[in-house]
Amino acid sequence: MANSNIVARTGNEAMAEAMRQINPDVVAAYPITPATEVVQIFAGYVADGLVDTEFVPVESEHSAMSACIGSSSAGGRTMTGTSSQGLALMAEMLYIAAGLRLPIIMADVNRALSSPINIHCDHSDTMMVRDSGWIQIFSENCQEAYDNMLQAVRIAEKARLPVMVTTDGFIISHGMERLEILSDADAKSFVGAYKPENYLLNFEKLITVGALDLQDYYFEHRRQLAEAMKTSKQVILDVAKEFGTKFGRTYGLFEQYKMDGAEIAIVAMGSTAGTAKVVIDGLRSKGLKAGLIKPRVFRPFPKEELADSLKGLKAVAVMDRSDAMNAQEGPLAVEVKAALFDASASSGANKTVLDYIYGLGGREIKPEDIEHVYNDLSEAAKGKAKQKVTYLGVRE
Amino acid sequence: MANLKDLSKQKALFTGGHRACAGCGAVIIARQVLMAAGPNTVVANATGCLEVVSTIFPYTAWNVPFVHSAFECAAASISGVEALYKSWVRQGKYNKKVNFIAFGGDGGTYDIGLQSLSGAMERGHNILYVCYNNEAYMNTGVQRSGATPKGADTTTAPVGKVKKGKEQFRKDLTEIMVAHKIPYAAQSVVGNWRDLTSKVEKALAMDGPKFINVFQPCRLGWSYDPEMTCEIGRLSVETCVWPLYEVVNGQYKVTKPKEKKPLVEWIKLQGRFRHLLKPENKQLLDELQTATDKNWEDLLRKESLTSPAAEPKPSQTLR
Repeated sequence: MANSNIVARTGNEAMAEAMRQINPDVVAAYPITPATEVVQIFAGYVADGLVDTEFVPVESEHSAMSACIGSSSAGGRTMTGTSSQGLALMAEMLYIAAGLRLPIIMADVNRALSSPINIHCDHSDTMMVRDSGWIQIFSENCQEAYDNMLQAVRIAEKARLPVMVTTDGFIISHGMERLEILSDADAKSFVGAYKPENYLLNFEKLITVGALDLQDYYFEHRRQLAEAMKTSKQVILDVAKEFGTKFGRTYGLFEQYKMDGAEIAIVAMGSTAGTAKVVIDGLRSKGLKAGLIKPRVFRPFPKEELADSLKGLKAVAVMDRSDAMNAQEGPLAVEVKAALFDASASSGANKTVLDYIYGLGGREIKPEDIEHVYNDLSEAAKGKAKQKVTYLGVRE
Repeated sequence: MANLKDLSKQKALFTGGHRACAGCGAVIIARQVLMAAGPNTVVANATGCLEVVSTIFPYTAWNVPFVHSAFECAAASISGVEALYKSWVRQGKYNKKVNFIAFGGDGGTYDIGLQSLSGAMERGHNILYVCYNNEAYMNTGVQRSGATPKGADTTTAPVGKVKKGKEQFRKDLTEIMVAHKIPYAAQSVVGNWRDLTSKVEKALAMDGPKFINVFQPCRLGWSYDPEMTCEIGRLSVETCVWPLYEVVNGQYKVTKPKEKKPLVEWIKLQGRFRHLLKPENKQLLDELQTATDKNWEDLLRKESLTSPAAEPKPSQTLR
């Protein structure tokens, strides 16, 4: 086991600390609540000469991602941080970063999208760019945010895809928690040096980045991107395995909590998973066979693995911290159901899946809310039908 | 300053075989700018004619490292490249001398890209931004831009029964750049290779953000025969519709034509101004001539105000 220090840090501090240890060549960013502190703290590291990074305090998030694309295609390890409207303004460039297969790393602090304007947590921002070709890793707490940032560098560079690591706005970003920090030497040795294969500043091998693809090539390049996303699943697992071996904290595509012998379970991402764990402990002591699946990786979506882990259950609830405005259900529920549908085609199983849309704009999710979900599930498991989509905690 | 013979012997850094229209001025600019800059140059390009005609996969006309990301962010993209360069030099990982040049059309520069251009200039990156300014969105089919002159016929400000082309005067982007207090801002034109290449050389020799606005007749959007591009470019200067000048650390220097020609000589060669030659539109033509004259006089006044001789003596100002 490597040496580590135990400190108290907020999520934003944890992410900034990881960035300091990663010591990227370039960080380009624009301040936005609640992600502001990440680059603000990092700018302090730059001002104190603690990093070699060239910090580019751009005039917009669109330019932040554009500068990241310039830096990354020029051959540099490149990072940024944003949230909500900032991520929305970056959206055009996110697709380009992924299409160019640039390993840019982003700290993304989840916050509701306008309108109405709201600065608090939900997952609408990340979900809005879920099809952009970025790997998306969700964190339950400060520790995971820190560990995920370090792993993201390795994942991005091996998979040749950009990676965003998310935390829940204010809940994690501003909540102070116990954090086990690696020594600088361990962090540095884990992320290693970046050696790009082709890059603009290499005048020995000239490249044209961002060429025009017409009918004859575009489709193939998008197909390659899709394949890269598929194969990145193994990269994520490999990096997590190495991280676990070296530092003792293990990660996968998703976490299973008390799923052994579980009859009902909820699927929830981010900080809510932590709340659900407390609820499950209580329910288990009362004899209810409740469990939790916490997707860590939303892109690539761990379809087969997740369906497999849900197969023995009598009923499943999905907790969606955003709405897809699709007259159907939340984005996570759509993904989970699609995974189960394909799995059920081979197993013949048919399962009740309920979707709960909750917590938009920072609306609190309390243990009793989650208990309510489990109660619904118990009923559904007995074959008593419940409505498929429930807006949990909304005044109607 | 190389002569034409020397320049023509250089390896082509922007090659033939691209798919630009016959008579396209944008590719002339790209070739001449790179001739002056030399091979140690990284280019970022905004989406637009220049990019789409020169990088049709799997081909490229660029014999220098080249990056294109989107329409409005060439200045931000090159900022990122230059930032990495600075980081690597500071880390001792890189020691080559490199030029950083961004190309954008007037749409990507005057309009949608103005914010990222302004940001890059304000932050002081060591870059040269070259606007190839053909006064409309030529890549998407000749729509009006902030650079389109009053009275021009475009597809989104067309000449009709009631309206006579674009109703507003163009934005003065070069002056907006001067207002950023950058060390070097200039106007050049297609058809005067010596002016363009020497301005590029001069700009690249200076540290910090530089901007050159290159006037570029577009045979498609302006509607003239392809062989006329350079001639119309030179006439733009002679009629003072596009004066050649540079502003070095705030000091103006204007290249005066031997003889200032009437605007109509420039207008009558272009289909986009065809309606202005009709007698009923004489008032609009006169208005354009008046505006051109005023702009020219304003420019000469700025030159005389910023000349070293015009600077007030310290004793006069301190009293």
